[in-house]
Amino acid sequence: MGDALALAGIYRRLVGARIRSQLEYRLSFTLSLVATSLVVFLDFVAILVIFNRVPALAGWSLEEVALLYGIASISFAFTDLAVGHLDLFPSMIRDGTFDLILIRPLPSLFQVIASDFALRRLGKAIQGAGVLVFAVAGLDLHWTAGRVAMIAVAIVSGTVIYASVWVALATIAFWIVDAIEVVNAFTYGGNFLSNYPIPIFGRWLRTLVLFVVPLAFVAYFPALFVLDKDDGLGLPAGLRYVSPLVAILTALVAGFVWTRAVRHYRSAGG
Amino acid sequence: MAQIELEGVTKEFVQRRRAGRLRRTREVVRAVDGIGFEVEAGTMLGYIGPNGAGKSTTVKMLTGVLVPTSGRISVAGLDPSRCRIELTRRIGVLFGQRTQLWWDLPLGDSFELLRHMYRVPAERYRANLARFRELLALDEFLGTPVRQLSLGQRMRGELTATMLHDPEIIFLDEPTIGLDVVAKQRVREFLAEVNRERGVTVLLTTHDLADIERLSSRMLIIDRGRVIYDGDVETLKARYGDERTLIVDLEQPGPPLEVPGARVDRVDGPRQWLKFRRDEISAARLTAEVAARAPLVDLAIEEPDIEEVVARIYGGG
Repeated sequence: MGDALALAGIYRRLVGARIRSQLEYRLSFTLSLVATSLVVFLDFVAILVIFNRVPALAGWSLEEVALLYGIASISFAFTDLAVGHLDLFPSMIRDGTFDLILIRPLPSLFQVIASDFALRRLGKAIQGAGVLVFAVAGLDLHWTAGRVAMIAVAIVSGTVIYASVWVALATIAFWIVDAIEVVNAFTYGGNFLSNYPIPIFGRWLRTLVLFVVPLAFVAYFPALFVLDKDDGLGLPAGLRYVSPLVAILTALVAGFVWTRAVRHYRSAGG
Repeated sequence: MAQIELEGVTKEFVQRRRAGRLRRTREVVRAVDGIGFEVEAGTMLGYIGPNGAGKSTTVKMLTGVLVPTSGRISVAGLDPSRCRIELTRRIGVLFGQRTQLWWDLPLGDSFELLRHMYRVPAERYRANLARFRELLALDEFLGTPVRQLSLGQRMRGELTATMLHDPEIIFLDEPTIGLDVVAKQRVREFLAEVNRERGVTVLLTTHDLADIERLSSRMLIIDRGRVIYDGDVETLKARYGDERTLIVDLEQPGPPLEVPGARVDRVDGPRQWLKFRRDEISAARLTAEVAARAPLVDLAIEEPDIEEVVARIYGGG
Protein backbone atom coordinates (compact mmCIF):
# COMPACT_ATOMS: atom_id res chain seq x y z
CA MET A 1 0.00 0.00 0.00
CA GLY A 2 2.85 2.35 0.90
CA ASP A 3 4.37 1.46 -2.44
CA ALA A 4 1.20 2.34 -4.30
CA LEU A 5 1.06 5.69 -2.52
CA ALA A 6 4.69 6.39 -3.35
CA LEU A 7 4.02 5.53 -7.00
CA ALA A 8 1.01 7.82 -7.04
CA GLY A 9 3.18 10.61 -5.66
CA ILE A 10 5.85 10.08 -8.32
CA TYR A 11 3.18 9.87 -11.02
CA ARG A 12 1.81 13.23 -9.92
CA ARG A 13 5.28 14.78 -10.06
CA LEU A 14 6.24 13.33 -13.45
CA VAL A 15 2.94 14.11 -15.11
CA GLY A 16 2.78 17.51 -13.43
CA ALA A 17 6.14 18.33 -14.97
CA ARG A 18 4.91 17.29 -18.42
CA ILE A 19 1.74 19.35 -18.09
CA ARG A 20 3.67 22.40 -16.99
CA SER A 21 5.94 22.21 -20.01
CA GLN A 22 2.93 21.81 -22.33
CA LEU A 23 1.26 24.86 -20.84
CA GLU A 24 4.39 26.88 -21.45
CA TYR A 25 3.28 27.32 -25.05
CA ARG A 26 -0.18 28.60 -24.20
CA LEU A 27 -1.29 29.66 -27.67
CA SER A 28 -0.25 26.42 -29.35
CA PHE A 29 -1.95 24.49 -26.53
CA THR A 30 -5.20 26.42 -26.90
CA LEU A 31 -5.23 26.03 -30.67
CA SER A 32 -4.72 22.27 -30.59
CA LEU A 33 -7.38 21.97 -27.88
CA VAL A 34 -9.87 23.86 -30.07
CA ALA A 35 -8.87 21.85 -33.14
CA THR A 36 -9.40 18.46 -31.48
CA SER A 37 -12.71 19.60 -30.01
CA LEU A 38 -13.95 20.58 -33.47
CA VAL A 39 -12.82 17.33 -35.06
CA VAL A 40 -14.51 15.18 -32.42
CA PHE A 41 -17.65 17.32 -32.57
CA LEU A 42 -17.99 16.33 -36.24
CA ASP A 43 -17.68 12.74 -35.11
CA PHE A 44 -21.01 12.93 -33.25
CA VAL A 45 -22.60 14.72 -36.20
CA ALA A 46 -22.28 11.41 -38.07
CA ILE A 47 -24.66 9.83 -35.57
CA LEU A 48 -27.10 12.75 -35.84
CA VAL A 49 -27.10 12.23 -39.62
CA ILE A 50 -28.00 8.55 -39.23
CA PHE A 51 -30.90 9.40 -36.93
CA ASN A 52 -32.08 11.99 -39.40
CA ARG A 53 -32.93 9.05 -41.68
CA VAL A 54 -34.05 6.39 -39.18
CA PRO A 55 -36.00 6.79 -35.93
CA ALA A 56 -34.10 4.05 -34.08
CA LEU A 57 -31.04 1.77 -34.34
CA ALA A 58 -31.80 -1.80 -33.24
CA GLY A 59 -34.46 -0.39 -30.93
CA TRP A 60 -32.22 2.40 -29.58
CA SER A 61 -33.34 6.01 -29.78
CA LEU A 62 -30.99 8.92 -30.48
CA GLU A 63 -30.80 9.86 -26.79
CA GLU A 64 -30.08 6.26 -25.83
CA VAL A 65 -27.27 5.99 -28.36
CA ALA A 66 -26.00 9.36 -27.13
CA LEU A 67 -25.75 7.88 -23.63
CA LEU A 68 -23.66 5.02 -25.00
CA TYR A 69 -21.59 7.42 -27.02
CA GLY A 70 -21.02 9.78 -24.09
CA ILE A 71 -19.84 7.05 -21.72
CA ALA A 72 -17.59 5.49 -24.36
CA SER A 73 -16.17 8.85 -25.46
CA ILE A 74 -15.31 10.04 -21.99
CA SER A 75 -13.67 6.70 -21.13
CA PHE A 76 -11.73 6.75 -24.36
CA ALA A 77 -10.67 10.37 -23.82
CA PHE A 78 -9.38 9.61 -20.32
CA THR A 79 -7.44 6.67 -21.72
CA ASP A 80 -6.06 8.85 -24.47
CA LEU A 81 -4.93 11.46 -21.93
CA ALA A 82 -3.26 8.91 -19.71
CA VAL A 83 -1.75 6.40 -22.14
CA GLY A 84 -2.24 7.93 -25.61
CA HIS A 85 1.51 8.39 -25.91
CA LEU A 86 1.82 4.61 -26.27
CA ASP A 87 1.52 5.60 -29.95
CA LEU A 88 5.14 6.62 -29.62
CA PHE A 89 6.19 3.51 -27.76
CA PRO A 90 7.75 1.85 -30.83
CA SER A 91 10.17 4.77 -31.12
CA MET A 92 11.12 4.33 -27.46
CA ILE A 93 12.23 0.83 -28.41
CA ARG A 94 13.90 1.93 -31.62
CA ASP A 95 15.99 4.76 -30.18
CA GLY A 96 16.89 2.94 -26.98
CA THR A 97 14.95 5.17 -24.59
CA PHE A 98 13.35 2.05 -23.20
CA ASP A 99 16.78 0.90 -21.97
CA LEU A 100 16.91 4.01 -19.78
CA ILE A 101 13.61 2.97 -18.24
CA LEU A 102 15.10 -0.37 -17.29
CA ILE A 103 17.90 1.25 -15.30
CA ARG A 104 15.51 3.05 -12.97
CA PRO A 105 14.08 1.68 -9.73
CA LEU A 106 10.43 1.66 -10.82
CA PRO A 107 8.23 -0.78 -12.76
CA SER A 108 8.75 -0.30 -16.50
CA LEU A 109 5.06 -0.03 -17.44
CA PHE A 110 4.55 2.61 -14.76
CA GLN A 111 7.41 4.65 -16.19
CA VAL A 112 6.16 4.40 -19.76
CA ILE A 113 2.69 5.52 -18.70
CA ALA A 114 4.05 8.30 -16.50
CA SER A 115 6.35 9.57 -19.25
CA ASP A 116 3.74 11.86 -20.76
CA PHE A 117 0.22 13.22 -20.44
CA ALA A 118 -1.34 14.72 -23.54
CA LEU A 119 -3.48 17.46 -22.05
CA ARG A 120 -4.35 18.80 -25.51
CA ARG A 121 -6.47 15.69 -26.06
CA LEU A 122 -8.81 16.97 -23.38
CA GLY A 123 -11.08 18.17 -26.22
CA LYS A 124 -12.45 14.69 -26.68
CA ALA A 125 -13.45 14.45 -23.01
CA ILE A 126 -15.22 17.80 -23.23
CA GLN A 127 -17.12 16.64 -26.29
CA GLY A 128 -18.03 13.34 -24.61
CA ALA A 129 -19.31 15.20 -21.57
CA GLY A 130 -21.39 17.41 -23.85
CA VAL A 131 -22.98 14.42 -25.55
CA LEU A 132 -23.65 12.81 -22.16
CA VAL A 133 -25.43 15.96 -20.97
CA PHE A 134 -27.48 15.95 -24.18
CA ALA A 135 -28.46 12.32 -23.50
CA VAL A 136 -29.32 12.87 -19.83
CA ALA A 137 -31.41 15.93 -20.67
CA GLY A 138 -33.28 14.14 -23.44
CA LEU A 139 -33.96 10.85 -21.68
CA ASP A 140 -37.15 10.57 -19.67
CA LEU A 141 -35.64 8.77 -16.67
CA HIS A 142 -35.82 9.01 -12.95
CA TRP A 143 -32.18 9.68 -11.97
CA THR A 144 -31.67 7.41 -8.97
CA ALA A 145 -28.35 7.20 -7.15
CA GLY A 146 -27.87 3.77 -8.72
CA ARG A 147 -28.12 5.12 -12.26
CA VAL A 148 -25.74 8.02 -11.60
CA ALA A 149 -23.28 5.74 -9.86
CA MET A 150 -23.45 3.28 -12.75
CA ILE A 151 -22.42 5.99 -15.20
CA ALA A 152 -19.44 6.89 -13.01
CA VAL A 153 -18.48 3.22 -12.54
CA ALA A 154 -18.81 2.66 -16.29
CA ILE A 155 -16.49 5.56 -17.08
CA VAL A 156 -13.81 4.34 -14.65
CA SER A 157 -14.12 0.71 -15.80
CA GLY A 158 -14.20 1.77 -19.42
CA THR A 159 -11.02 3.80 -19.01
CA VAL A 160 -9.27 0.80 -17.47
CA ILE A 161 -10.54 -1.56 -20.19
CA TYR A 162 -9.41 0.72 -23.03
CA ALA A 163 -6.07 1.38 -21.36
CA SER A 164 -5.47 -2.34 -20.88
CA VAL A 165 -6.19 -2.97 -24.55
CA TRP A 166 -3.74 -0.22 -25.55
CA VAL A 167 -1.03 -1.54 -23.27
CA ALA A 168 -1.43 -5.10 -24.46
CA LEU A 169 -1.33 -3.98 -28.08
CA ALA A 170 1.66 -1.71 -27.55
CA THR A 171 3.72 -4.74 -26.56
CA ILE A 172 3.64 -5.81 -30.20
CA ALA A 173 6.41 -3.22 -30.62
CA PHE A 174 8.73 -5.49 -28.62
CA TRP A 175 8.57 -7.90 -31.54
CA ILE A 176 7.70 -5.75 -34.54
CA VAL A 177 8.68 -2.11 -34.26
CA ASP A 178 6.54 -0.82 -37.11
CA ALA A 179 3.17 -2.21 -36.10
CA ILE A 180 1.59 1.08 -35.10
CA GLU A 181 -1.10 1.02 -37.83
CA VAL A 182 -2.36 -2.35 -36.64
CA VAL A 183 -2.46 -1.03 -33.10
CA ASN A 184 -4.35 2.12 -34.13
CA ALA A 185 -6.90 0.04 -35.98
CA PHE A 186 -7.72 -1.70 -32.73
CA THR A 187 -7.63 1.28 -30.39
CA TYR A 188 -9.47 3.89 -32.43
CA GLY A 189 -11.54 1.21 -34.13
CA GLY A 190 -12.41 -0.12 -30.69
CA ASN A 191 -13.70 3.25 -29.65
CA PHE A 192 -15.87 3.36 -32.76
CA LEU A 193 -17.36 -0.05 -31.94
CA SER A 194 -18.29 0.93 -28.42
CA ASN A 195 -20.25 3.96 -29.63
CA TYR A 196 -23.04 1.74 -31.01
CA PRO A 197 -25.45 -0.80 -29.54
CA ILE A 198 -24.02 -4.28 -29.89
CA PRO A 199 -27.04 -5.87 -31.64
CA ILE A 200 -26.42 -3.83 -34.80
CA PHE A 201 -23.19 -5.75 -35.41
CA GLY A 202 -22.89 -9.10 -37.11
CA ARG A 203 -22.23 -12.21 -35.10
CA TRP A 204 -18.46 -12.11 -35.70
CA LEU A 205 -17.98 -8.56 -34.37
CA ARG A 206 -20.35 -9.29 -31.49
CA THR A 207 -18.26 -12.22 -30.38
CA LEU A 208 -15.15 -10.07 -30.62
CA VAL A 209 -16.41 -7.23 -28.38
CA LEU A 210 -18.06 -9.61 -25.91
CA PHE A 211 -15.37 -12.18 -25.34
CA VAL A 212 -12.07 -11.30 -27.02
CA VAL A 213 -11.61 -7.58 -26.53
CA PRO A 214 -14.38 -6.92 -24.02
CA LEU A 215 -15.41 -3.50 -25.32
CA ALA A 216 -19.11 -4.28 -24.80
CA PHE A 217 -18.45 -3.74 -21.09
CA VAL A 218 -17.25 -0.16 -21.58
CA ALA A 219 -20.66 1.35 -22.36
CA TYR A 220 -23.17 -1.14 -23.71
CA PHE A 221 -23.88 -3.24 -20.62
CA PRO A 222 -23.76 -0.33 -18.14
CA ALA A 223 -26.13 1.59 -20.46
CA LEU A 224 -28.55 -1.35 -20.41
CA PHE A 225 -28.72 -0.95 -16.65
CA VAL A 226 -29.18 2.81 -16.77
CA LEU A 227 -31.87 2.57 -19.46
CA ASP A 228 -33.42 -0.56 -17.96
CA LYS A 229 -33.38 -2.12 -21.41
CA ASP A 230 -33.32 -5.65 -22.72
CA ASP A 231 -30.01 -6.59 -24.39
CA GLY A 232 -31.82 -7.97 -27.42
CA LEU A 233 -29.47 -10.96 -27.57
CA GLY A 234 -30.77 -13.10 -24.72
CA LEU A 235 -27.57 -12.75 -22.68
CA PRO A 236 -27.57 -13.17 -18.85
CA ALA A 237 -28.91 -10.08 -17.09
CA GLY A 238 -26.01 -10.15 -14.63
CA LEU A 239 -23.61 -8.97 -17.33
CA ARG A 240 -24.75 -5.37 -16.86
CA TYR A 241 -23.16 -5.30 -13.38
CA VAL A 242 -19.75 -6.82 -14.09
CA SER A 243 -17.88 -4.05 -15.92
CA PRO A 244 -15.58 -3.38 -12.91
CA LEU A 245 -14.68 -7.08 -12.76
CA VAL A 246 -14.01 -7.13 -16.49
CA ALA A 247 -11.83 -4.05 -16.02
CA ILE A 248 -9.76 -5.74 -13.31
CA LEU A 249 -9.44 -8.85 -15.43
CA THR A 250 -8.28 -6.99 -18.55
CA ALA A 251 -5.81 -4.99 -16.45
CA LEU A 252 -4.36 -8.23 -15.07
CA VAL A 253 -4.09 -9.71 -18.54
CA ALA A 254 -2.42 -6.53 -19.86
CA GLY A 255 0.05 -6.54 -16.96
CA PHE A 256 0.87 -10.17 -17.61
CA VAL A 257 1.36 -9.60 -21.33
CA TRP A 258 3.58 -6.59 -20.60
CA THR A 259 5.75 -8.54 -18.16
CA ARG A 260 6.20 -11.35 -20.67
CA ALA A 261 6.98 -8.89 -23.45
CA VAL A 262 9.65 -7.11 -21.39
CA ARG A 263 11.16 -10.47 -20.53
CA HIS A 264 11.28 -11.27 -24.24
CA TYR A 265 12.91 -7.91 -24.97
CA ARG A 266 15.57 -8.37 -22.31
CA SER A 267 16.51 -11.81 -23.48
CA ALA A 268 16.26 -11.24 -27.22
CA GLY A 269 16.27 -7.54 -27.95
CA GLY A 270 18.66 -4.67 -27.49
CA MET B 1 34.05 -11.78 -3.56
CA ALA B 2 34.76 -9.25 -6.25
CA GLN B 3 32.24 -6.47 -6.80
CA ILE B 4 31.66 -7.37 -10.42
CA GLU B 5 32.03 -10.94 -11.66
CA LEU B 6 31.40 -12.39 -15.08
CA GLU B 7 31.88 -16.02 -15.97
CA GLY B 8 31.51 -17.41 -19.47
CA VAL B 9 28.98 -14.73 -20.42
CA THR B 10 27.49 -15.01 -23.89
CA LYS B 11 24.84 -12.94 -25.63
CA GLU B 12 23.24 -13.93 -28.89
CA PHE B 13 20.86 -11.89 -31.00
CA VAL B 14 18.64 -13.15 -33.74
CA GLN B 15 18.79 -10.95 -36.80
CA ARG B 16 16.22 -11.26 -39.52
CA ARG B 17 17.23 -10.15 -42.94
CA ARG B 18 15.23 -9.71 -46.08
CA ALA B 19 16.17 -12.30 -48.62
CA GLY B 20 13.91 -11.81 -51.55
CA ARG B 21 10.41 -10.44 -51.62
CA LEU B 22 8.88 -12.36 -48.77
CA ARG B 23 11.51 -14.69 -47.50
CA ARG B 24 13.54 -13.73 -44.53
CA THR B 25 16.67 -15.37 -43.31
CA ARG B 26 17.28 -15.84 -39.64
CA GLU B 27 20.79 -15.40 -38.43
CA VAL B 28 22.16 -15.79 -34.92
CA VAL B 29 24.77 -13.17 -34.10
CA ARG B 30 26.96 -13.69 -31.08
CA ALA B 31 27.60 -10.18 -29.77
CA VAL B 32 29.39 -11.35 -26.64
CA ASP B 33 31.21 -14.62 -26.79
CA GLY B 34 32.24 -16.17 -23.49
CA ILE B 35 33.51 -13.19 -21.53
CA GLY B 36 34.87 -13.59 -18.01
CA PHE B 37 36.51 -11.08 -15.68
CA GLU B 38 36.34 -9.72 -12.15
CA VAL B 39 36.49 -6.16 -10.88
CA GLU B 40 37.37 -5.24 -7.29
CA ALA B 41 35.60 -2.40 -5.50
CA GLY B 42 37.14 1.01 -6.14
CA THR B 43 38.66 0.09 -9.50
CA MET B 44 38.52 2.36 -12.52
CA LEU B 45 38.14 0.06 -15.46
CA GLY B 46 38.36 1.16 -19.07
CA TYR B 47 36.54 -0.99 -21.57
CA ILE B 48 37.46 -0.44 -25.17
CA GLY B 49 36.89 -2.02 -28.52
CA PRO B 50 35.84 -1.17 -32.07
CA ASN B 51 32.20 -0.54 -32.97
CA GLY B 52 30.11 -3.65 -32.62
CA ALA B 53 32.69 -5.39 -30.45
CA GLY B 54 30.13 -6.03 -27.71
CA LYS B 55 30.94 -3.20 -25.28
CA SER B 56 27.46 -1.77 -24.94
CA THR B 57 25.91 -5.21 -24.84
CA THR B 58 28.16 -6.11 -21.90
CA VAL B 59 27.21 -2.91 -20.08
CA LYS B 60 23.52 -3.66 -20.69
CA MET B 61 23.93 -7.14 -19.23
CA LEU B 62 25.81 -5.81 -16.18
CA THR B 63 23.04 -3.27 -15.51
CA GLY B 64 20.18 -5.75 -15.91
CA VAL B 65 18.80 -4.27 -19.13
CA LEU B 66 19.58 -7.43 -21.08
CA VAL B 67 19.65 -11.01 -19.88
CA PRO B 68 22.67 -13.06 -20.99
CA THR B 69 22.08 -16.05 -23.24
CA SER B 70 24.39 -18.06 -21.01
CA GLY B 71 26.96 -17.53 -18.28
CA ARG B 72 26.89 -16.03 -14.81
CA ILE B 73 26.98 -12.37 -13.76
CA SER B 74 27.15 -10.90 -10.29
CA VAL B 75 27.15 -7.15 -9.64
CA ALA B 76 27.34 -5.92 -6.04
CA GLY B 77 26.42 -9.46 -5.03
CA LEU B 78 23.22 -9.46 -7.13
CA ASP B 79 22.21 -11.23 -10.31
CA PRO B 80 21.31 -8.27 -12.58
CA SER B 81 18.82 -10.25 -14.66
CA ARG B 82 16.78 -11.29 -11.62
CA CYS B 83 17.19 -8.33 -9.26
CA ARG B 84 17.01 -5.51 -11.78
CA ILE B 85 15.10 -3.04 -9.61
CA GLU B 86 17.09 -3.76 -6.46
CA LEU B 87 20.29 -3.31 -8.45
CA THR B 88 19.23 0.03 -9.97
CA ARG B 89 19.39 1.62 -6.51
CA ARG B 90 23.01 0.59 -6.05
CA ILE B 91 24.42 1.47 -9.46
CA GLY B 92 24.48 4.54 -11.68
CA VAL B 93 24.30 4.28 -15.45
CA LEU B 94 25.08 6.85 -18.12
CA PHE B 95 24.53 6.25 -21.82
CA GLY B 96 26.50 9.02 -23.53
CA GLN B 97 24.31 9.04 -26.60
CA ARG B 98 20.98 9.28 -24.78
CA THR B 99 19.71 11.54 -22.10
CA GLN B 100 18.29 10.47 -18.78
CA LEU B 101 17.21 14.06 -18.11
CA TRP B 102 13.82 15.61 -18.91
CA TRP B 103 14.23 17.47 -22.15
CA ASP B 104 11.71 20.25 -21.50
CA LEU B 105 12.48 20.89 -17.85
CA PRO B 106 15.13 23.00 -16.18
CA LEU B 107 18.11 20.83 -15.26
CA GLY B 108 17.46 21.25 -11.54
CA ASP B 109 13.91 19.87 -11.92
CA SER B 110 15.31 16.66 -13.43
CA PHE B 111 17.42 16.19 -10.31
CA GLU B 112 14.33 16.71 -8.13
CA LEU B 113 12.42 14.06 -10.09
CA LEU B 114 15.31 11.60 -9.83
CA ARG B 115 15.56 12.27 -6.14
CA HIS B 116 11.96 11.12 -5.73
CA MET B 117 12.35 8.16 -8.03
CA TYR B 118 15.34 6.89 -6.06
CA ARG B 119 13.95 8.10 -2.73
CA VAL B 120 17.19 9.82 -1.84
CA PRO B 121 17.00 11.14 1.76
CA ALA B 122 16.69 14.94 1.73
CA GLU B 123 19.95 15.45 3.58
CA ARG B 124 21.98 13.20 1.26
CA TYR B 125 20.40 14.87 -1.74
CA ARG B 126 21.33 18.35 -0.54
CA ALA B 127 24.88 17.34 0.30
CA ASN B 128 25.41 15.51 -2.99
CA LEU B 129 23.94 18.23 -5.11
CA ALA B 130 26.03 20.89 -3.35
CA ARG B 131 29.17 18.85 -3.98
CA PHE B 132 28.43 18.22 -7.66
CA ARG B 133 27.43 21.82 -8.27
CA GLU B 134 30.87 22.75 -7.07
CA LEU B 135 32.77 19.98 -8.88
CA LEU B 136 30.98 20.46 -12.20
CA ALA B 137 30.19 24.19 -11.95
CA LEU B 138 26.50 23.59 -12.52
CA ASP B 139 25.16 26.82 -11.07
CA GLU B 140 25.23 28.83 -14.28
CA PHE B 141 22.75 26.52 -16.03
CA LEU B 142 20.80 24.76 -13.28
CA GLY B 143 17.70 26.73 -14.27
CA THR B 144 18.07 26.20 -18.03
CA PRO B 145 15.85 23.67 -19.85
CA VAL B 146 17.90 20.63 -20.82
CA ARG B 147 17.15 21.04 -24.52
CA GLN B 148 18.96 24.40 -24.47
CA LEU B 149 22.16 23.08 -22.88
CA SER B 150 25.35 22.53 -24.84
CA LEU B 151 26.49 18.94 -25.07
CA GLY B 152 29.22 19.59 -22.52
CA GLN B 153 26.79 21.16 -20.07
CA ARG B 154 24.30 18.39 -20.59
CA MET B 155 26.95 15.78 -19.91
CA ARG B 156 27.79 17.50 -16.62
CA GLY B 157 24.09 17.24 -15.80
CA GLU B 158 24.06 13.56 -16.78
CA LEU B 159 27.04 12.82 -14.52
CA THR B 160 25.23 14.45 -11.60
CA ALA B 161 22.06 12.48 -12.39
CA THR B 162 24.11 9.28 -12.38
CA MET B 163 25.66 10.02 -8.97
CA LEU B 164 22.77 11.58 -6.99
CA HIS B 165 21.63 8.38 -5.29
CA ASP B 166 25.09 7.41 -4.01
CA PRO B 167 25.72 4.42 -6.28
CA GLU B 168 28.51 1.99 -5.40
CA ILE B 169 29.31 1.36 -9.05
CA ILE B 170 28.82 3.57 -12.07
CA PHE B 171 28.67 2.33 -15.64
CA LEU B 172 29.39 4.89 -18.32
CA ASP B 173 28.84 4.03 -21.94
CA GLU B 174 30.83 6.54 -24.03
CA PRO B 175 30.68 9.41 -21.52
CA THR B 176 33.00 11.64 -23.56
CA ILE B 177 31.54 11.07 -27.01
CA GLY B 178 31.26 14.26 -29.05
CA LEU B 179 32.77 16.48 -26.36
CA ASP B 180 35.51 19.02 -26.95
CA VAL B 181 38.86 18.70 -25.22
CA VAL B 182 37.98 20.96 -22.30
CA ALA B 183 34.67 19.20 -21.64
CA LYS B 184 36.35 15.81 -21.88
CA GLN B 185 38.91 16.88 -19.34
CA ARG B 186 36.16 17.99 -17.00
CA VAL B 187 34.40 14.63 -17.22
CA ARG B 188 37.66 12.81 -16.53
CA GLU B 189 38.47 14.99 -13.53
CA PHE B 190 35.00 14.42 -12.12
CA LEU B 191 35.27 10.65 -12.46
CA ALA B 192 38.72 10.60 -10.88
CA GLU B 193 37.39 12.71 -8.03
CA VAL B 194 34.33 10.60 -7.19
CA ASN B 195 36.47 7.50 -7.42
CA ARG B 196 38.99 8.94 -4.98
CA GLU B 197 36.56 10.69 -2.66
CA ARG B 198 33.77 8.09 -2.50
CA GLY B 199 35.49 4.89 -3.56
CA VAL B 200 33.00 4.49 -6.39
CA THR B 201 33.87 1.75 -8.85
CA VAL B 202 33.90 3.15 -12.37
CA LEU B 203 33.47 1.09 -15.52
CA LEU B 204 33.57 3.10 -18.69
CA THR B 205 33.50 2.22 -22.33
CA THR B 206 35.08 4.62 -24.75
CA HIS B 207 36.52 5.15 -28.17
CA ASP B 208 38.85 7.79 -26.86
CA LEU B 209 41.97 6.11 -25.63
CA ALA B 210 43.03 9.27 -23.85
CA ASP B 211 40.15 8.58 -21.42
CA ILE B 212 41.77 5.29 -20.55
CA GLU B 213 45.28 6.68 -20.35
CA ARG B 214 44.25 9.47 -18.00
CA LEU B 215 41.86 7.49 -15.85
CA SER B 216 42.16 3.78 -15.72
CA SER B 217 44.52 1.65 -13.85
CA ARG B 218 43.12 -1.30 -15.72
CA MET B 219 41.84 -1.77 -19.23
CA LEU B 220 39.98 -4.47 -21.07
CA ILE B 221 40.10 -4.67 -24.82
CA ILE B 222 37.26 -6.51 -26.45
CA ASP B 223 37.02 -7.53 -30.06
CA ARG B 224 34.36 -9.65 -31.74
CA GLY B 225 32.78 -10.42 -28.39
CA ARG B 226 35.95 -11.68 -26.71
CA VAL B 227 38.38 -10.14 -24.26
CA ILE B 228 41.70 -9.88 -26.04
CA TYR B 229 43.59 -7.89 -23.42
CA ASP B 230 43.13 -7.46 -19.68
CA GLY B 231 45.77 -5.55 -17.77
CA ASP B 232 47.23 -2.13 -17.14
CA VAL B 233 48.07 0.45 -19.76
CA GLU B 234 51.83 0.32 -19.13
CA THR B 235 52.04 -3.43 -19.64
CA LEU B 236 50.06 -3.11 -22.83
CA LYS B 237 52.49 -0.58 -24.20
CA ALA B 238 55.48 -2.60 -23.12
CA ARG B 239 54.16 -5.78 -24.65
CA TYR B 240 52.75 -4.56 -27.93
CA GLY B 241 54.15 -1.12 -28.38
CA ASP B 242 57.78 -1.23 -27.46
CA GLU B 243 58.82 0.56 -30.63
CA ARG B 244 59.84 4.11 -29.84
CA THR B 245 60.68 6.82 -32.32
CA LEU B 246 63.76 9.07 -32.39
CA ILE B 247 63.17 12.23 -34.40
CA VAL B 248 66.36 13.98 -35.49
CA ASP B 249 66.94 17.28 -37.27
CA LEU B 250 70.24 17.10 -39.18
CA GLU B 251 72.25 20.07 -40.34
CA GLN B 252 71.65 19.12 -43.95
CA PRO B 253 69.22 16.92 -45.79
CA GLY B 254 70.75 13.58 -46.59
CA PRO B 255 69.97 9.96 -47.45
CA PRO B 256 68.28 7.81 -44.78
CA LEU B 257 70.72 7.04 -41.99
CA GLU B 258 71.87 3.49 -41.52
CA VAL B 259 72.16 2.57 -37.85
CA PRO B 260 72.11 -1.02 -36.61
CA GLY B 261 69.07 -1.68 -34.36
CA ALA B 262 66.99 1.13 -35.89
CA ARG B 263 65.24 1.75 -39.15
CA VAL B 264 64.29 5.02 -40.80
CA ASP B 265 60.54 5.30 -41.01
CA ARG B 266 60.25 8.67 -42.71
CA VAL B 267 62.44 11.42 -44.16
CA ASP B 268 61.35 15.03 -44.57
CA GLY B 269 64.20 17.31 -45.66
CA PRO B 270 66.74 17.40 -42.84
CA ARG B 271 64.29 15.64 -40.46
CA GLN B 272 64.29 11.86 -40.09
CA TRP B 273 62.19 9.48 -37.99
CA LEU B 274 64.00 6.40 -36.68
CA LYS B 275 62.07 3.53 -35.12
CA PHE B 276 63.88 1.43 -32.55
CA ARG B 277 63.19 -1.14 -29.87
CA ARG B 278 64.07 -0.69 -26.24
CA ASP B 279 65.63 -4.10 -25.96
CA GLU B 280 67.81 -3.77 -29.05
CA ILE B 281 69.38 -0.37 -28.61
CA SER B 282 69.19 2.33 -25.94
CA ALA B 283 68.12 5.86 -26.78
CA ALA B 284 71.51 7.23 -25.67
CA ARG B 285 73.43 4.77 -27.79
CA LEU B 286 71.26 5.44 -30.83
CA THR B 287 71.68 9.20 -30.46
CA ALA B 288 75.45 8.75 -30.30
CA GLU B 289 75.39 6.53 -33.39
CA VAL B 290 73.37 9.09 -35.31
CA ALA B 291 75.62 11.96 -34.21
CA ALA B 292 78.66 10.00 -35.40
CA ARG B 293 77.15 9.80 -38.91
CA ALA B 294 75.80 13.31 -39.40
CA PRO B 295 75.89 16.60 -37.47
CA LEU B 296 72.73 17.01 -35.33
CA VAL B 297 70.77 20.18 -34.67
CA ASP B 298 67.92 18.87 -32.54
CA LEU B 299 66.28 15.64 -31.41
CA ALA B 300 63.19 14.27 -29.68
CA ILE B 301 61.98 10.85 -28.55
CA GLU B 302 58.35 9.76 -28.97
CA GLU B 303 56.84 7.03 -26.86
CA PRO B 304 54.38 4.72 -28.60
CA ASP B 305 50.86 5.98 -28.24
CA ILE B 306 48.14 3.69 -27.11
CA GLU B 307 46.05 4.29 -30.17
CA GLU B 308 48.74 2.84 -32.37
CA VAL B 309 49.15 -0.08 -30.01
CA VAL B 310 45.47 -0.91 -30.03
CA ALA B 311 45.28 -0.56 -33.80
CA ARG B 312 48.03 -3.15 -34.02
CA ILE B 313 46.21 -5.51 -31.68
CA TYR B 314 42.97 -5.26 -33.68
CA GLY B 315 44.92 -5.61 -36.87
CA GLY B 316 46.77 -8.79 -36.15
CA GLY B 317 46.16 -10.14 -32.65
